[in-house]
Amino acid sequence: MIHWVIAPIVLPALLAPFIVLAARYHIGIQRAFSVAGVLALIVIGAGLAWDASDGSVQIYQLGDWAAPYGIILVADSLSTVMVLLTAVLALCVLLYAIGSEWDARGWHFHALFQFQLMGIMGAFLTGDLFNLFVFFEVLLIASYGLMIHSGGTARLQAGVQYVLFNLIGSTLFLFALGSIYAETGTLNMADLAARVALVDPAETVGIRVAAVLLLLVFAIKAALVPLHFWLPSSYAEAPAPVAALFAIMTKVGAYAIIRVYTLIFPPDVEITSGLYDMWLLPAALVSLVIGMTGVLAAKRLDRLVAFSIIGSMAMVMVSISLFTPAGIAAALYYIVHSTLAGAALFLIVDLVRTGRGNVDLTAQPPAAGAALTAALFFAAAIAMAGLPPLSGFLGKLLVLNAAFDSDMMVWVWVIVLSSSLISILGFARAGSVLFWKAHGVAPGAEDLVMPRPATLSYVAVGGLLGLLALHTVFAGQVHGYTTRIATGLFAPAPYMEAVLGTPGKLSTPNEEAH
Amino acid sequence: MELLVASAIGIMTAAGLYLVLRLRTFPVILGISLLTYAVNVFLFASGRLATGASPVLRDDVSVYTDPLPQALVLTAIVISFGMTAVVVMIGLGAFLGSDDDHVDDQPEGTGGAS
Repeated sequence: MIHWVIAPIVLPALLAPFIVLAARYHIGIQRAFSVAGVLALIVIGAGLAWDASDGSVQIYQLGDWAAPYGIILVADSLSTVMVLLTAVLALCVLLYAIGSEWDARGWHFHALFQFQLMGIMGAFLTGDLFNLFVFFEVLLIASYGLMIHSGGTARLQAGVQYVLFNLIGSTLFLFALGSIYAETGTLNMADLAARVALVDPAETVGIRVAAVLLLLVFAIKAALVPLHFWLPSSYAEAPAPVAALFAIMTKVGAYAIIRVYTLIFPPDVEITSGLYDMWLLPAALVSLVIGMTGVLAAKRLDRLVAFSIIGSMAMVMVSISLFTPAGIAAALYYIVHSTLAGAALFLIVDLVRTGRGNVDLTAQPPAAGAALTAALFFAAAIAMAGLPPLSGFLGKLLVLNAAFDSDMMVWVWVIVLSSSLISILGFARAGSVLFWKAHGVAPGAEDLVMPRPATLSYVAVGGLLGLLALHTVFAGQVHGYTTRIATGLFAPAPYMEAVLGTPGKLSTPNEEAH
Repeated sequence: MELLVASAIGIMTAAGLYLVLRLRTFPVILGISLLTYAVNVFLFASGRLATGASPVLRDDVSVYTDPLPQALVLTAIVISFGMTAVVVMIGLGAFLGSDDDHVDDQPEGTGGAS
């Protein structure tokens, strides 16, 4: 047991109150501590990921109580990759927030940002379903504050919808946890995996209801149609750096589905058969169509990007719902790509807004700093739409390849390819209206001269796009690693052995499992 | 006892769902409160119902009830209480800013300040 496993949760949890209490009126000190904290998170995340890269599972028993009675954190290769991805994304987003001075437009941006990171890291690291709920709530509470950061009526109205939708989701989560506990008597994931396999085949009603309820909760987080209605308004109205950070939040839902449904309800368990291919895959395909159609139909750039997030999450879900090692490996590759590309697009939306005052998709005089913004938009749009040479193209190829053996192969191929075409049209239209047609419009006398976005903002967006380029160049190594993770997920014996077999306080060596 | 608990959960969930589907913020918040009450009782019942049994170890007591759901309910109550306060504050802010308390987006030009 190493204590570093809990560091990604404890560090932001200590930093946030410190920022509120000690540096409340000093934005410079807040920025310094926030950036230092995120840099430390990257180092810790990289260390944990390096530690777990040989397939070993590190666990941390809180208070040294052994599972399943104590609360445990688990750092295996999947969760450490997600922790590292979150920390790297957080750094780029934080640099943008500082460069664009979004953090100074309201109170407590940095403190809420750290609390949000704490919740996300906790959700990735926990090995206990109830703690997953608690960390979901931590990240949601912080996200409510961040979502309405710097106020404004439109933002508050979108915030009400966002909070209400997520409250209903949380209630549903509790119902699911209650049913699972009533059926199995445990909420530890590894212990659940062992006990669900023992459920009497004649009395599976309760556990099946629980499995579906839990899937609904995670599908809300992953914005799967028909549970996606909270996403477009809230992501479009949220401040740009917050929306960019939220790009990882939908992935928390995808991560939870991968974790829970490979460990507790694997595809070969009788009671949940049909859940993935009959329900999850069609829902994901419909989300793909709706997301990419939304990209073409949007009248504002922020809505367009929000719908492209739905579309790219749907790609991830299509790949996950195949529930084969190849599918999960492709999904993990695509999750990294989609997080970076989505965050970059949200930041670019804000570059456009800074340069011309609004983000309506109408021809207007050229924005300040349009040339560089246009170049960045071009690159990010190529990545998101899945055109070569960037990683979206490789990710889609991997998903198509993984779907080749499935019964639904025709549907997956037709919908993925045609929806890609629609999204290319949508992005091309948006780009040409925003940046090309602008040259045909003469500036009016009453138009304000907008300032050029700050250099640090461009650095942050460029950093995200650089990471995307690296993700493309090293696609072979990354995909090899995600394949190893996926294979490990379908052979959970080492995970369960590490969680349940490690003795803790008061457990004697000869009764180690229980 | 079982009938009482089950029907209480059922009625509160049904009423909560009805209110959640309403158009304006206030009934929706009431509906969410009802849903959280229902889920708290549901969590409590997930450890099986036992009357007058002790959840912690004591001398000369032989019948115990499951203590874990009680801890879970405590967490859930605190979280739902805080969340309700947050949504009331945000809802009030949105209402005072726009003089409109619809939960859904209003078509442009018909309502709200946006």
